[in-house]
Amino acid sequence: MIAEENQRSTMSSTPRSFWENTTNRRSMGRLVIYAILIVGAIIMIAPFAFLISSSLKVETQVFEYPIRWIPDPVRWMNYVESLTYKPFHIYFKNTMIIALLNQIAILGTASFCAYGFARIEFPGRDFWFGVALATMMLPYFVTMVPQFIIFSRLGWMDSYLPLTVPYFFGGGAFNIFLFRQFFRTFPEELADAARIDGCTEFGIYWRIFVPLAVPAFITVAIFTFMFSWNDFIGPLLYINTPDKFTVAIGLATYRSALGVGRTRWDLLMAASVAMTAPIVLLFFILQRYFIKGVVMTGIKG
Amino acid sequence: MNKTLDMPNQDSGGKFQLGKIFHWFKTPKGRRTVSGYFFISPFILGVLCWVVIPAGVAAWLVFQDWNMIKPAHFVGLDNIRRMFFEDPLFWKSLKITTIFTITSVPLSLIFSFSLALLINTKVKGLAVFRTIFYLPSIMPAVASAVLWAWILNTDFGLLNAVLSYFGIPKVAWLQETQWALPALILMSLWSVGAAMIIFLAGLQGIDDQYYEAAEIDGAGSWSKLIHVTIPMMSAVIFFNLIMGIINSFQVFTAGFLITNGGPQNSTLFYVLYLYRNGFQYLNMGYASALAWVLFFIILIFTGIIFKTVGRQVYYQE
Repeated sequence: MIAEENQRSTMSSTPRSFWENTTNRRSMGRLVIYAILIVGAIIMIAPFAFLISSSLKVETQVFEYPIRWIPDPVRWMNYVESLTYKPFHIYFKNTMIIALLNQIAILGTASFCAYGFARIEFPGRDFWFGVALATMMLPYFVTMVPQFIIFSRLGWMDSYLPLTVPYFFGGGAFNIFLFRQFFRTFPEELADAARIDGCTEFGIYWRIFVPLAVPAFITVAIFTFMFSWNDFIGPLLYINTPDKFTVAIGLATYRSALGVGRTRWDLLMAASVAMTAPIVLLFFILQRYFIKGVVMTGIKG
Repeated sequence: MNKTLDMPNQDSGGKFQLGKIFHWFKTPKGRRTVSGYFFISPFILGVLCWVVIPAGVAAWLVFQDWNMIKPAHFVGLDNIRRMFFEDPLFWKSLKITTIFTITSVPLSLIFSFSLALLINTKVKGLAVFRTIFYLPSIMPAVASAVLWAWILNTDFGLLNAVLSYFGIPKVAWLQETQWALPALILMSLWSVGAAMIIFLAGLQGIDDQYYEAAEIDGAGSWSKLIHVTIPMMSAVIFFNLIMGIINSFQVFTAGFLITNGGPQNSTLFYVLYLYRNGFQYLNMGYASALAWVLFFIILIFTGIIFKTVGRQVYYQE
């Protein structure tokens, strides 16, 4: 926005002939674009910088104003203190158990159902696919209360069953949709050849489509991991025992626990960094698949 | 799986039809039907168990008064009546959520679309910008809530520090009723990156020939944007709009963790109120009524969007 103003002021003060030159105008335009993008990038990155900087400060420096951006001294012990203040290694292990189960559930059943939707023509297929799309638009909070009641009747409270079992049933419409889009790009001859050789439908799915769909599996695996890692409302509703907490719940309860007397923002920020780091790391390693996944769910809608 | 077995039975019942049924299973169509339903059976079961049955339970609960301890008793339309006529918090939470939606969703769309347009001008370092803009949207909601609670801190937060550069006095973002909701809207704008990525991919998918044709007709950058880019992108914009509305009606974590609905219920989002009724006050009947009303509100809201904006959408193919 500042750049825009700058440009306007230069515009009025420079002679007309400058602006009549197309090359000049073009390069000024590009300059403005870069200026806006860089300012935007700074705005986006500033909260992260503030987070990391706060997480490495001595507590007194957290409460300095104006903000001290470079902590002095850099206090790495914040991370140790923050992650041992509560048994974060247990939360981490718990989250990983849930994440692993969700991976098995979603990768297995979503690709399985997607094969049916993508490659077999049968009466009622379009109807059921419509149902799948409709569930995608159904808000989680609408079924939250009755699901809670059902799970409590089943005696599943304070266990990981409500957080994992439902995903063994197709693994969510989004994931089915993503696999279906991917499977549809394969040529029909591929399956036909196998059929002539006497391969069953399951054999075609398992031996031909699954190995070919590795990129789709990676994409869905990433989003599944992010979902399990970030999920807050699920564990909030179903998990009560501190030993069974996930990282998200651990961090959330942290705030109130540390808030007794005063809030230890330094430690809270360190814990937030620790919770964000694995996701960011995953993103940098598998960036290609991330982008592909966002695009695939978005564009084809 | 039941469905498969029923299908050939539709016009028969007697024993003598059995051969016909077996025969049908051996036809290509029969086989396809069996294997098709075999593959999608987990999904059908899932819809039944986690959507249809819960929705039925919720529909039953709407007419009950139940706290999960004492047996439920039938109260007729009492929950609905109370919601509409006796519960100011219902209206307040609905108002707050609507304000949040109608400001945050369009602003997000404008920002993400503009960013995508700017990045798509073949800038150097496209990947770097894309990464920077996308990063906030992969941050876990809980971590982001903790971070923003600190950013919005009156005395030591980042936001007030930045504003003070422009000579704006300190604002108690999370303590003043008129500022808490705008602060959370601002926070929601931080994660425009996901929508931006979708837009960016859409922009890159537009065939250059449209722009070339427009240029031959003498179109400048602005008219290319209005007459080529936006129509070609309308389906993607529409998708982001619908998903944005559905998601923003369900915004929970920020209101729950940062402000806990306060100050004075000024950030009491609808689903937060629903959560409180269900899991803190244990009014399962009332919470179910709220859930059903939420469902209809979203349905009506998206329905209106489909009827108005949806008409303008241009689908390729």
